[in-house]
Amino acid sequence: MSNALVTDKRPSTLRAASLPKWTPYAIAAGSLALGIGISAAADLHSKIQWGLIAAILFVLGTYGIAARVEGRRQAKDRVATSLVWVAFLVALIPLVSLVWVTISRGVKVLNVYFLTHSMGVVADSEPGGGIYHAIIGSLEQVGLATLIGAPIGVMTAIYLVEYGRGRLASAVTFFVDVMTGIPSIVAGLFILSLMLIFKMQPFGFAGSLALAILMMPVVVRSTEEMLKLVPNELREASLALGVPKWRTILKVVLPTSIGGITTGIMLAIARIAGETAPVLLLVFGNPFINNNPFEGAQASLPLYIYQQYSQSAGANAAYDRAWAASLTLIAFVMILNLVARGIARWKAPKAGR
Amino acid sequence: MDISTQTTDASPPTPEPSVAQLKGNARGATRPGDRIFLGLSRGSGILLLVIMAAIAVFLTYRASLAISKDHGNFLTTFEWNTNLTPPSFGIAVLAFGTVVSSIIAMALAVPVAVAIALFLTHYAPRKLSGPIAYVIDLLAAVPSIVYGLWGALILVPHMQGLYGWLNDYLGWTGIFSWDGGAPRAMLTVGILLAIMILPIITNVSREVFRQVPRMHEEAALALGATRWEVVRMSVLPFGRSGVISASMLGLGRALGETMAVATVLSPSYDIQASLLDPGGGTFAQNIASKFGEATEQGRDALIASGLVLFVITLLVNGAARAIIARRKEYSGANA
Repeated sequence: MSNALVTDKRPSTLRAASLPKWTPYAIAAGSLALGIGISAAADLHSKIQWGLIAAILFVLGTYGIAARVEGRRQAKDRVATSLVWVAFLVALIPLVSLVWVTISRGVKVLNVYFLTHSMGVVADSEPGGGIYHAIIGSLEQVGLATLIGAPIGVMTAIYLVEYGRGRLASAVTFFVDVMTGIPSIVAGLFILSLMLIFKMQPFGFAGSLALAILMMPVVVRSTEEMLKLVPNELREASLALGVPKWRTILKVVLPTSIGGITTGIMLAIARIAGETAPVLLLVFGNPFINNNPFEGAQASLPLYIYQQYSQSAGANAAYDRAWAASLTLIAFVMILNLVARGIARWKAPKAGR
Repeated sequence: MDISTQTTDASPPTPEPSVAQLKGNARGATRPGDRIFLGLSRGSGILLLVIMAAIAVFLTYRASLAISKDHGNFLTTFEWNTNLTPPSFGIAVLAFGTVVSSIIAMALAVPVAVAIALFLTHYAPRKLSGPIAYVIDLLAAVPSIVYGLWGALILVPHMQGLYGWLNDYLGWTGIFSWDGGAPRAMLTVGILLAIMILPIITNVSREVFRQVPRMHEEAALALGATRWEVVRMSVLPFGRSGVISASMLGLGRALGETMAVATVLSPSYDIQASLLDPGGGTFAQNIASKFGEATEQGRDALIASGLVLFVITLLVNGAARAIIARRKEYSGANA
């Protein structure tokens, strides 16, 4: 770096030569125009290719111009800046497209009829039908999974933060970490192996068990973080007043951190609500309404999307339904996320940190 | 922490109450309520360990049933015929496909994710970076089946042009030759996986870059470094282990991804040198696609392949955690 300064042969004014502020915009506009021109001349059809050519021109142009005027270090800096911007914009394309397509195609058939009817008498290739049975299945499976997973997760976190010392605690910590990374299909296979041993047919609750396994480590992690934020002074004050430890945890520690814990649980619910693989193995899917999660195959929203896609042999009606179900699922997950974050902000421990 | 932790009940006096007892041991658990509560919370912790052990045990048990009947070699056979008698199946193709698609995904996603994380922490206008980070957070929550549907119906048709271009200019390498079939091959899978793991890697890297001590950056700036030099000399070295562990987490996701691969890939049981010709499969995709037609014997075979996937993801995640653990643990309360 210092070498560059020494060998710099520009006149020794205090301010080095620099490009005006609007340069990046000008280069961007120029390379965009050039990119479109080249693409049109070379007869390329994909707009993504146009964009890529423009992006490459932009980076090269920036380096060339900046290296001439400002020197190589500045030029590198500008290239890095433009690369970072380009990476961001390139990454935006698929993500924006995903959201846009889901919304624009999803609203086609999404209406009250769609939400309140099942696929019972509708063939997969025909229009009509709806996702009522899938919503029921999803709500029951995710609800049961939460009833199992959330308390176990929260209690484990309490053990780790409030009691945890020694080998057992470090083993639990380690395996919670490991469990976070279990692919959802492996959790499904685990329950499947149990079902094979006990010769059981697919039913909703089996899916719930797999989802609960996926949920627990997420809840443990987030709850642990929240409990660690509770100031020790609060615990000490309560214990000093002679309050037993378990009441201290229930009446002081948990209320202080309840916002964060709720947020963590809701984010975990949002995660398992979109899981398809275990449901595919264990709940199997069912075009009819089955309100009983303990007997018989059920549907679920993510599984419905998959089956509408894979079993319909390219029928447009089925694709429309798949998009509408995707939109419903995304809306559900996003609302959970937004509410969870709202709670986190509203109930943030004020004495923490 | 130096406040005495004595409670007022008649617990047997200990000679010197130590600091650790506030959070620590079972000394407080002399009352029934305490004992029950400690039992419950310790029980849940133990239950988690039991579940993990049970996953390993039951998967291994069913897998051993399948492998003992396997007529082919479980590691090297290039087919998946589990309904034959005797069955013949092997994971060679699946292992290959899983590794290749994950490598493509990592090669594409990690640089872009790091760049986006840098963009959010060091380049974006303040007003923009907050909302964008928020949106990326939300994108990490989009269910994988939606990515799968999008990939199969939107991304695949768009890949046609890229495949043709790669075939024209890089086809001579053999890796990028294309026979003109539907672009449902490993490259498309890799790109889709890259898009899916991008938000996760970005989020974790952003958190790490945010923790870079301001002093490091300001010292570099004061020495006359440009913004890129600040990033290269103070931000990236500080964040390296964080980025590695973020990538490993993303890799874990990519390895185990099921539905997105199952919707996009057109699988077959052979290994293609070209990334653009349909062929291969991944562990998770194979389980989802073959499950419907599998008998009990076939399901055991799928469980065996799932066990391999389980072990691989354990190793990857373990490595990621080991890297994270080398960083100093930081807790907010009275640290």
